[in-house]
Amino acid sequence: MPRVAVIRFPGSNCDADTLRSCAAVGADAEYVWHREESIGNADVVMIPGGFAFGDHLRAGAIARFSPIMRAVIEHGRAGGPILGICNGFQVLCEAGLLPGALVRNQNLAFISRPLYVRVESTDNPFTNQYTRGDEFLVPVAHGEGRFVSSQEVMDRLEGEDRIVLRYSRENPNGSLNAVAGIANEERNIVGMMPHPERAADPLLGETRGRIVFESFMKTAGAV
Amino acid sequence: MTKTRIAPYPGDPEITDDLVRQHGIDEHEQGLIKEILGREPSFTELGIFSALWSEHCGYKHSKRELRKFPTDGPQVIQGPGENAGILRLGGGWAVAFKIESHNHPSAVEPYEGAATGVGGILRDVFTMGARPVALLNSLRFGPLDRPRNRYLLAGVTRGIGDYGNCVGVPTIGGEVDFEDGYSGNPLVNAMCVGILKEKDVMRAVASGVGNLLISVGARTGRDGIHGASFASEELSEETEAKRPQVQVGDPFTEKLLIEASLELISSGDIIAIQDMGAAGITSSSAEMAARGGVGVEIDASKVPVREPNMTPYEILLSESQERMLVVAEPDRVDAIIEITERWELEAAVIGSITDDELFRVTWGDDVVAEIPGVKLVDECPLYTPEAAEDPEVAARRQNEPPSYEGSLVDAWTKLTGTPALASKRWVHEQYDSTVQASSVIEPGANAGVIRIPETKIGISAATDCNSRYLSLDPYEGAKAAVVESARNVASCGARPIGITNCLNFGSPEKPFVYHQFLQACRGITDACNALKTPVTGGNVSFYNESPTGAIPPTPVIGMIGLLEDVSKAVGPHFMAPGDQIVLVGETKGHLGASSFWAYIMGASVGEPPPVDLDAAASLVDALVHLAENNLATSIHDLSDGGIALALGEACFGPTYGTDPLGATVDLSDIQAEISDEAMLFGEDHSRAFVSVPTTEVEEMLQAVRDRGLQATVVGEVGDVGGDISVRLRGGIVSTPVSTLREVYEDAIPGALAKVQAN
Repeated sequence: MPRVAVIRFPGSNCDADTLRSCAAVGADAEYVWHREESIGNADVVMIPGGFAFGDHLRAGAIARFSPIMRAVIEHGRAGGPILGICNGFQVLCEAGLLPGALVRNQNLAFISRPLYVRVESTDNPFTNQYTRGDEFLVPVAHGEGRFVSSQEVMDRLEGEDRIVLRYSRENPNGSLNAVAGIANEERNIVGMMPHPERAADPLLGETRGRIVFESFMKTAGAV
Repeated sequence: MTKTRIAPYPGDPEITDDLVRQHGIDEHEQGLIKEILGREPSFTELGIFSALWSEHCGYKHSKRELRKFPTDGPQVIQGPGENAGILRLGGGWAVAFKIESHNHPSAVEPYEGAATGVGGILRDVFTMGARPVALLNSLRFGPLDRPRNRYLLAGVTRGIGDYGNCVGVPTIGGEVDFEDGYSGNPLVNAMCVGILKEKDVMRAVASGVGNLLISVGARTGRDGIHGASFASEELSEETEAKRPQVQVGDPFTEKLLIEASLELISSGDIIAIQDMGAAGITSSSAEMAARGGVGVEIDASKVPVREPNMTPYEILLSESQERMLVVAEPDRVDAIIEITERWELEAAVIGSITDDELFRVTWGDDVVAEIPGVKLVDECPLYTPEAAEDPEVAARRQNEPPSYEGSLVDAWTKLTGTPALASKRWVHEQYDSTVQASSVIEPGANAGVIRIPETKIGISAATDCNSRYLSLDPYEGAKAAVVESARNVASCGARPIGITNCLNFGSPEKPFVYHQFLQACRGITDACNALKTPVTGGNVSFYNESPTGAIPPTPVIGMIGLLEDVSKAVGPHFMAPGDQIVLVGETKGHLGASSFWAYIMGASVGEPPPVDLDAAASLVDALVHLAENNLATSIHDLSDGGIALALGEACFGPTYGTDPLGATVDLSDIQAEISDEAMLFGEDHSRAFVSVPTTEVEEMLQAVRDRGLQATVVGEVGDVGGDISVRLRGGIVSTPVSTLREVYEDAIPGALAKVQAN
């Protein structure tokens, strides 16, 4: 059974939802407090949404100095799968594990609503069970979700098939090229602004967010 | 060790009659204080009395009436008197909930005022041992054509959003209303819902002589000093100068405080815990001590402070946010500090429980205040002022506008695009409504619904108050607020089980206002008795007055509903073309006090629709039965704007991901005596639109009729993007659903954008 470390910063608030989604697909998921220095024998690292350090300064800017981040970075450099959701995506960008940055939404307001996203790339541990072109409705909830990068970085992301998710119908936060999620060059680290853990239960409507969790289970050979 | 000599703190001013008046204490109360103490109060003591005997803390003008509310029921675990009420849900689970106002702070500083309102209500709930799982907000502003009102709407929305989003509690509903009477004095009422196991209920009762008082969380600063007294005054031209009395919130610390407090409670290391809310350390310690019949001694010099040179007066009355007061046995202090430090918070021993029933404050070895504790909390003077109905209101109630000559489609469209009735998406899209991944029915519906993870239990919550009804008839209007909130949760399939209320009124010292208050309380009592929904607590906010006068009477009801099987929850939108549309309840075409008269005819007059409490209870019962037995694909209750508004909203569908549906409805032969506008826009209570597949219609109709209610198939759900078409006796009224939805969605953003363009 794959072991998942759900990193908990003081202001993480999607930690329980993420843990529950991991457990729902049969993973052995545990919280790891940000002051710890090791992720133990985890196979997968998840950095959940929230406001790691109250988003003082800049979302994710302080979190990257937490003791646990050294272990997370080592895990990533060694090819271990890492998924950052929402604030987790911001933390991964601030830590230099993913290129680009997430800045204030174009309309300068928090946006909480479901948005359609299209799966653009399946060559990574977190979307490999989707079919390229799949489109589904998934909640976003962020104030700083507008992805920006230099043209050079964007050209590489597009050219190397590293755009994982794209807003397909509306792009209210104003992300460059409507980017909703990206992967690193080695494709083991993925960040996404939408919350797949909130679209993984028939009671709540849309369920295709669950495939994100089924994907890493497949990678780990558990399915 | 009894210390009785009161040493004035160096630099404290001399007590004069003027100074006492500035503290909101009149001559009579000044006499009482002298009697209680047997001497003149010290400056610190004066501040303490001023806070605890303020309207906000002492409920001077309301307590006698609040005691008349029904508070019992087999489901009640905790009624009024604690930080929040608690109701039994079954399976060992319980719900803790409360609503509270933050009107005055939001009027002067909308962002921080609203944010700290959310923070305070969260603490009231988690201090009971409950994890906050939902927030609702009941907001009222003046019309958006005035810049100040737009500023307030934007600031309040952002304040609520930034706080709630950061702590990770979804906002699942509430209301936003716009009405002239709130210009200058907006209402910001925040409700929090938390879940807990019955066995884990924590109460804020201090006990055990020698046990310690520990402050946990943020340090004490100079913010919010005398907030409780400020909340007990009328707003005036000089109010702007009171900005420093508004507290400043830090949701990041609150998030840590939630986790630390819940862990402290479940660890068994603490005896009691209470939020330091209004009147800060003073009220939290005095209230906990009074509940336990013990005394307390606080050494103000030991309270961790944010700024140097703070006086005991300032420390005791500071309303710095994100602080909790804990009572524990001395040998548990280390364990408590270990837990709070793990959550990166500070904890400090600041006092102890004594056996002398005194509320004593020291500064090192000097006693700066010593007051008999019970007298401070329980013997706050109570008043029953004069009450009389404003004859002008009685006259308006008898008034009636001339009959309507315009086009019904135009009226329908205009009403749909009136900000008070239109979509509130602009507001609730700024609130995280899906965090915790448990929101089954989200904002914009009749009521919100969340599930308790890993159980079948669902909780529905709604806030309601139609203040136009109350302005014209406070008794019927208050009944209406209760039955509407019950109807709203029942429309989701939930059985209403209890309420919290936030009673917003003008100055109780004005007879016209006090009349409104008395009648509204009577209305709430009667309606709650009929629906078997006890009152579990809440908050009174008086002195909501601005230079232009008192606000409309606004007792906001926060209703809780229980779904034993959350998978049976029903949404408000038509689901499938071909489903039959059933109108449940009796249509009499009552237009008095209606939105139609107010917004189309420009006349807020007439008698509000009378509430038949038996019919209201039967409707609740019928709707819950339909949901439980899969006899409804959607339920939308009828309220403001009557049939026209409800039919439109039912057709619009959820805002995201689906296109609106048309509908064809025939109302030409259900009630012969009333005019077409009364049919379309009348606001008779105890009605709902239910959609149901053709195959289930007979069973559905029978179930409703068995409960003594009318039920008539009036039409059929149409195709995607079709027309909403209504046949009346005078002809067909029809409009494309997409046009109507656009008007509905654009009303608030349009009102804000239009102004920016100017």
